[in-house]
Amino acid sequence: MLFKNEYDVVIAGAGPGGAAAARKCAEGGLSVLLLEKRQEIGAPKRCGEGLGLSFVNHLGFKGNEGFVTNMVDNACLVAPNGKEIMAEFPDDKGCILERKLFDKALCYKAAEAGAKIIAKAKVIDVLKENGKITGIKAKIDGKTIEIKSKIVIAADGVESKIARMAGLDTKNRAQDIDSGFQYEMAGIELKDSNRIYLYFGNDIAPRGYIWIFPKGKTVANVGIGIAGNRKKTAKEYLDEWIETQPKIKKGSIIEVNSGGIPVGGLLKKMTLDNFMVVGDAAHQVNPLHGGGIDEATVAGEISAKIAIKAIKKGDTSDKTLKEYNDLWWKTRGKDLEKIEKYRNLVEKLTDEDMNILAGAVSGTELLDFAVGKGETLVKILMKNPKLFKLARHLI
Amino acid sequence: MCRAGFKVIFMVSKVDNEKCLRCGGCVSVCPVDCLLLDEVEGIAVDAKKCTSCGICVDFCPVGAFSIKKED
Ligand SMILES: Cc1cc2nc3c(=O)[nH]c(=O)nc-3n(C[C@H](O)[C@H](O)[C@H](O)COP(=O)(O)OP(=O)(O)OC[C@H]3O[C@@H](n4cnc5c(N)ncnc54)[C@H](O)[C@@H]3O)c2cc1C
Ligand code: SF4
Ligand code: SF4
Repeated sequence: MLFKNEYDVVIAGAGPGGAAAARKCAEGGLSVLLLEKRQEIGAPKRCGEGLGLSFVNHLGFKGNEGFVTNMVDNACLVAPNGKEIMAEFPDDKGCILERKLFDKALCYKAAEAGAKIIAKAKVIDVLKENGKITGIKAKIDGKTIEIKSKIVIAADGVESKIARMAGLDTKNRAQDIDSGFQYEMAGIELKDSNRIYLYFGNDIAPRGYIWIFPKGKTVANVGIGIAGNRKKTAKEYLDEWIETQPKIKKGSIIEVNSGGIPVGGLLKKMTLDNFMVVGDAAHQVNPLHGGGIDEATVAGEISAKIAIKAIKKGDTSDKTLKEYNDLWWKTRGKDLEKIEKYRNLVEKLTDEDMNILAGAVSGTELLDFAVGKGETLVKILMKNPKLFKLARHLI
Repeated sequence: MCRAGFKVIFMVSKVDNEKCLRCGGCVSVCPVDCLLLDEVEGIAVDAKKCTSCGICVDFCPVGAFSIKKED
């Protein structure tokens, strides 16, 4: 048989969150089973594929691996009136990944560390005894199989059902999830293929933005993330915008992607007896720019750290696993909560506000703002009478 | 037929799985948890649970949902 019927830890979902948890648990000496419902890990992607080089390094990669298609040095933010603001990435370069290869590379690392991974294996329920999780039920090879484990980690992404089955309320409020749509396009013309472009405006992308993440000289992910409850669908907004961009419009469509981006609703409770939830399934995404690869991975690593500790101690109760909750809130949650507040403000900006903002602040300040360091931006806004009211919301 | 003699028409959400890109986003927004994603088949709606609230219609990035009369 390919796998055993009992493990220390069973993880559902082999995205970055699940793969990171699996790798760290295995490195810590635990027996680990990682189940992925798709037949090919990483495909199709639901992602613009942008990730900081320092984070790629953190995962033990140099950045010259096959899954890094291109490096970017800076971002160009385009205001509704067309004003372009340049922002250099201060101490980091950005990588544009091939997510499929990247997700697989993370799984190779986990397998090397000793985790057992199975694709086309769907977790369909959790096992419970006396109300406590004791493992999972999965559909593998057409058969329904029960697998016991001391801990179950749900890393099953935005469509997560497992945490709900376990008893955690992880439903997303409609206003806390962005609707994303993207084309991977080839044969387009880019002004600078080492630069990402972000376009703002309530007419083109209400409560969100359009992005161009270049994967090469003539290839890029061209996508949009917007609030869901709009007149048109994300696809319609993007199609209309592309119509106005002759250099993009002339290209070809290589891949079509869509997805939900949980840009809010951070969970106060992410553990139960013998159970943890990480990544998109726990809404761990930057609420302003929507990036979640790093967040899912960090959460996966923290959950593994606590799983190892709990299993060594012989106590996997909620009381012990709750340390994952506390540690995550301390290291990431606080920042993300602050960024969520920023998002609530940004949502209210009119195009005119955005144009004024674009004239008053630098790109670096805007990038700092997007990662929760809004202090300098506030100081600038306070000095500008027109922007004073915005600043007040930020304090 | 209900007691007063009016015909009750139940509305439910319907998915066009030819359009659906299997991204799973709708599953996470449905307030009554009545959507299920299959990687191959696409989205299935549990018509018994659906309240026809329309949240999935608003969310779907490609407009695969519509609210229709139950068959
Ligand atoms: C359009 C779009 C663009 C984005 N762009 C970026 C970007 O540029 N940079 C960035 O950092 N982030 C981006 N994100 C967000 C990022 O993709 C996610 O935050 C990240 O993938 C989350 O990782 P995860 O491991 O939590 O979940 P996922 O990567 O979604 O992995 C979850 C896995 O679980 C599997 N699964 C689900 N249910 C089950 C089950 N029952 N049994 C077994 N397996 C199951 C799924 O098939 C999937 O493989 C974007 C998202 C979208 C939608
Ligand atoms: S949100 Fe739309 S495209 Fe995505 S799975 Fe649901 S129906 Fe399909
Ligand atoms: S209409 Fe409402 S209840 Fe019905 S599937 Fe859509 S989100 Fe769920």
